[in-house]
Amino acid sequence: MSAAPADRLSPVLRTEALEQLLVERELIDPAVMDTFIKTYEQDVGPLNGAKVVARAWTDPEYRAWLLRDGTAAIRDMGFGGPQGEHMVVLEQTDEVHHVVVCTLCSCYPWPVLGLPPSWYKDPAYRAGMVRTPRRVLREMGLDVPEGKNIQVWDSSSEVRYLVLPRRPAGTEDLDAEALAALVTRDAMVGVAEVAAP
Amino acid sequence: MTAVLAIDGAAAPPRANGELVFAEPWESRAFGMAVTLAEAGLFTWDEFRDSLVARIAAWEADHAPGEEYRYYRCWLAALEDRVVAAGALDAVAVAARSAQLAERPAGHDHADGDDHGHGHGHGHGH
Repeated sequence: MSAAPADRLSPVLRTEALEQLLVERELIDPAVMDTFIKTYEQDVGPLNGAKVVARAWTDPEYRAWLLRDGTAAIRDMGFGGPQGEHMVVLEQTDEVHHVVVCTLCSCYPWPVLGLPPSWYKDPAYRAGMVRTPRRVLREMGLDVPEGKNIQVWDSSSEVRYLVLPRRPAGTEDLDAEALAALVTRDAMVGVAEVAAP
Repeated sequence: MTAVLAIDGAAAPPRANGELVFAEPWESRAFGMAVTLAEAGLFTWDEFRDSLVARIAAWEADHAPGEEYRYYRCWLAALEDRVVAAGALDAVAVAARSAQLAERPAGHDHADGDDHGHGHGHGHGH
């Protein structure tokens, strides 16, 4: 590859150049950076959110706390950090279906869901969920009945949202660990419901 | 959109923490730099987000017909904007180093001019 105008250089090269320069100037400690990357690549994911949901389903006091002060209740489970400083938990009910989007970029509650999936970042999702949420949800496999209200939450401030899905019928005998295994990332964004096992 | 959803939608297991978070290694480096620099205080996360929003809006307002949206390209551009705005580096230096890296001879360990990235990025500061 020969030299190209600056803005045409591949992101591979620009990223490498940027990192070299920042490390040389001691603005970045490579060990700290590698830890951040590894954490979000391997450790932090939707299982955290699933544990929060399962505890809320099995512990009414925790559920009340979670809905009142999501940040503190989630931190109580050991899940905190960037993009989780101001958590608001939205409870799905028989009357209202909540769904989360970030129209301007792709804000997402990292501590409980990890980094966002590609569809969440897609311009089609970001624009469509605001304009025609019922249609987008149907395209994603979720039919929300006509009579049910859909509330779309745009993560346009520092707030990050987590959806508390409805506990499926027939799961009365399951403990929190078994329940957590049922909870999907999509249900915690509001584009799916949790299915019974 | 349907195609995108099919790859990464309901079929993706929720607890697959080994799920491919980044499509290419350079994306993880760009991610890591932004998070590290924000934590270190070179810029605030809100400032970074403002730049990211601006870069995404600019892409959406003006891109070649049929060009695929690449989130982490916007992310990288926003990162460069913030690093330059903070006075940490100037844009010319980044471009010059990129061009220098592009001219590494073929067969060199790291002569990856295409999108075949690698998982580290330090140690070339000679």
